Order: sequence, then C-alpha cells, then structure tokens
Amino acid sequence: MSVDHSLLDPPKLPFEPLIERNAVITEQPWVRWLLTALALVFLSAFLLLPLVSVFVEALRGGVHAYFAAFKEPDALAAIKLTLLTAAIAVPLNLVFGICAAWAIAKFEFRGKQILITLIDLPFSVSPVVAGLIYVIIFGAQGWAGPWLAAHDIKIIFAVPGIVLATIFITFPFIARELIPLMQEQGQDDEQAALSLGASGWQTFWNITLPNIRWGLLYGVLLCNARAMGEFGAVSVVSGHIRGKTNTMPLHIEILYNEYAFSAAFAVASLLALLALLTLGLKALVEWRHADELAATRRH
Amino acid sequence: MRARTFTPIPGFSLTLGVTITYLCLIVLIPLAGVFFKAAGLGLEGLWNTLSAPRVLASLELTFGSALIAACANAVFGLLVAWVFVRYEFPGKRLFDSTIDLPFALPTAVAGIALTSLYAGNGWIGQFLEPHGIKVAYTPLGIIVAMTFIGLPFVVRTVEPVLREAEKELEEAAASLGANRWQTVSRVILPAVGPALLTGFALALARAVGEYGSIIFIAGNIPMVSEIAPLLIIIKLEEFDYAGATAIAAAMLVISFTLLLAINGLQAYVRRRKA
Repeated sequence: MSVDHSLLDPPKLPFEPLIERNAVITEQPWVRWLLTALALVFLSAFLLLPLVSVFVEALRGGVHAYFAAFKEPDALAAIKLTLLTAAIAVPLNLVFGICAAWAIAKFEFRGKQILITLIDLPFSVSPVVAGLIYVIIFGAQGWAGPWLAAHDIKIIFAVPGIVLATIFITFPFIARELIPLMQEQGQDDEQAALSLGASGWQTFWNITLPNIRWGLLYGVLLCNARAMGEFGAVSVVSGHIRGKTNTMPLHIEILYNEYAFSAAFAVASLLALLALLTLGLKALVEWRHADELAATRRH
Repeated sequence: MRARTFTPIPGFSLTLGVTITYLCLIVLIPLAGVFFKAAGLGLEGLWNTLSAPRVLASLELTFGSALIAACANAVFGLLVAWVFVRYEFPGKRLFDSTIDLPFALPTAVAGIALTSLYAGNGWIGQFLEPHGIKVAYTPLGIIVAMTFIGLPFVVRTVEPVLREAEKELEEAAASLGANRWQTVSRVILPAVGPALLTGFALALARAVGEYGSIIFIAGNIPMVSEIAPLLIIIKLEEFDYAGATAIAAAMLVISFTLLLAINGLQAYVRRRKA
C-alpha cells in the first residue's frame, strides 16, 4: 500500500520542479522495473506456484475422482474431527484473547511486558515439542498417565489430546491481534460509558466490542485457519487411528504416503480453499477498515 | 495483583485471573514439565542423548538449514517489502495477499505441494534436475520449505518501518551529493536494519521448529536429511521418552534464546523511535 504524499508535497503545477524532486529519492526506471520483476517472479514461483499445483494435482484424476475422495468414510471422519477441534479451540482462545487484551490494554500493572512475552511463547515452540509436552504429562508413561488409566480417561491418542495441542498452537493468535488494537484505542470511550451509568458488561458489549470487531474477526480467521491446518503438534498426540483420531492434515499425510496422490491433493485442496478464503476475507477487512487495523499492523 | 493506578474500568481481577490461569494451564505448566523431565535425566543423561551422532547431525542440519533459509528470507523479504512500499504496479493488491499465504496454508498442504513441484518430474524440478540440482528428498529441499514458511515474517516486519521512513532524510542525502546507491546503503538500510534483523530472527525461529512442510520434501534419511523435530517423533515412537525430552529441551532453550533476542531488538527499536 503506497503512502499518500499529496498532503506533504506541494501541489503539482505544470512547470514546477516536482518531478526532479522525486527523482532524487527514487531509482532509475530500469532499476525499478528490474526489482519489481524480480520480486514478482520470486513470489509467483515460490508462493503462488505451490498453491496452483495443489488444485492441478487434485483434479488430475478428473472431477469424478476428486469428489470421490470426500465420500470415503475416513475422509469424512477426518473433516468432522477437524471441524470439531476448531469449534472447541477457537472459542476458548477467543475468550482468553479478549480477557488478556482487556487486562493488558485497560490497566497498568507490574509484569505486563513479561505477560505479553509469555502469551507469545507458543509461537516460538516447535509444533512437535508442543505435542510432546502433553505426551509427557498425559501419556501412558507420563505423570498423570497411571491416574488417567485407572479412571479410564483417554487424552493422548484421543480427541482431547488433539484439542489441547491445537489450543496450545493457536493460543496467541487472537490475543496478539487484540492487544495492540485495544492499547491504541485507549479507555476514553469506556470511561464515558461508565460515567453515564452503564454497567461493566454493557460497556463491553456496546462500546468495546463494536470498536474491536474487525480486529477480532481478523484474529479469529487466522486462529481458525491454523487450528484446522495444524499438523506437527496434532501428529504427535493423535496416534493416527483412521476414522477416529485423524484430522484432515493427518489424513493427507496417510493418503500421500500410500501414494494415493490425487486423493491426498483433493483433501489438501479443501484446506487450500480455506486458506484462500481466509486471505480473501483478511484482504477485505484490511481494505475496508484500514484505519482500525493500522494499530495492529504497526505492531 | 492490583492495578497500579486507579481506573473506573471494572474487570481487572476477572480478566487478569482468566488470562493467568489459562496461560498456566495450557502453556506454562506443560512447558515446565519438559524441563522437569529433562532435569530428571541429569546432565550426563542429557549429554549422552544430545552427543549421539544422529542427534548432533539432526540439530546441525536443522539450525544450519534454518540459518540459510532465514538469510534467503532476509534478502528476498527486503526486496519484496521494498517493491511493495516504494513502487506501483498492476495487481499489487493481489500479490500483497499472496505474501501471507505461508501463514494461512496448512503446513502439510505446503509440504506435499512443494514436493510435487520440486520432484524430478515436477514443474520446477524438471528444469533443475538436468543441471544436477536435486531439491526434493535432499537437504536443499529442507531449505526451500523453510524459506517458504519464513518469508512473510521478514516482509511484514520490514514493511511498516520502510513505509514510515522519512523521505526528507533521503532528500537531504541526495542534496548533499550522495548518489542513489549511497543513499540506500547508508541512510535507508541502517534505518531498516533492526526491523530486518527482527524479521530474520522470527523466520529463523519458525524454521527451526517447522515440521509439517519439511518432512514430505526432506527424504528423512538419518544423518543426511533428518530434522530434529522428526527425530523427536521417532524417539517417541520408539518409546524413548527421555531421548525425545532431551532433544525437545535443547530446542526449547535455543528458541527461547532467540525469542529473548527478538524482544530485546524490538525494545531497542521502540526506544530509538521514541
């Protein structure tokens, strides 16, 4: 997005030396052309081509084979489990994200910076390690393992483990979008509402929520995309039981390793569509609400 | 805990309570578990696991590849950020959205897509293979996957700094007789430097931990193309929990060091801005 310099620069008049003024702070046309071409070729070959190839490979066996891949019971079970996992993980992280942003943005307290760093922690933990930490606690040889076995509760190699690992991986997504946004907005609106007699909840629902809704949507989109697509962490805790503990990404891996390439890419194309949808909505939100999100982007 | 200054806004103890409880339950306690478990092995036990040739080779491969990928990201990320901030061209908005693709595309999908592209008969691989360049199923493939997932970190960190850079400084440099290259290398790049370094560190941290997009393209040959996260999974499948924990602890220590460096850098940038 270009910066609008119309207010900074003098008005453009037919004979004024504006062209020369700008000429000293930009490159010669051939340099500009070369750099742009390089960047676009790189983006196309490195980012766009993989995306295109997913759809091409998925449709290689024909439309019939493409849709047949989704009719398989294992594929359906994987899709269901993925939806279920996201349906649990995203709302929990949403509540947490709002609480964290409220506490951090509206109040001053000691250790705030440390808290922000700790919230970011899952970003720098390898997904595989994220899965491992739950195996160490809840696994058969883990600390809680014997107790869980005695009470016939299964967490690892079962759905609760998959949900836990997904929550860990997507933990910071919504909080991270909301914290800078709410910090930027300050607390004047809320104070005004409270002084006019609104209760805390009323203030939140009628004042704060409308103020942050686009940032919130943006965070939920990213969180959801990651929750549905998580592979490493889920792969450690899932046990890969077909039809039971396989999410869509794990199902893709199994199909791929069995050389069922078309089916693997067909399931992959669903997740790729989700990614496209996420990016499309994100672009729309950014385009229509650039001001509100500016605070987030600067972060 | 108590809010430091008085404010009429309610909900401090509720929201902070929820935040800290949830943080402890989901993140802090489980993570501490790894270190407790690792501490239980003792220094000697840790050393025995980590100094095994296969483990050393995987750690070396992981960090070496991540370093190269982060460097590639720094170069291309800066280029992309520069072009998107400074130049106008058709389709800019569309291309701008694709930069975030690695954030949104599930890693397993990226993994199989990259593998099919760079395999000997793939769209890109068929041009490279006749020249003796094998990407898929070699360490080179690992670097390609790591570069793919790391690119947006550099672009999105550098872009805002580049956008806010003052054009007046460039004009001053030009008016004092600097040519364009001197202005870029001595005025613009130093201003962007800390952001670029932050993006580099973020891309590095992400690449070190990456698993999903790599295992499909890597070939996973022990001692040659086996990354550390994969070795953790192999150890777990062999029920060698101690070994898996030792590697995980080593990786955590290194990524936390990186995180501290990133935070330090960001604090430094904020201070300089203020």
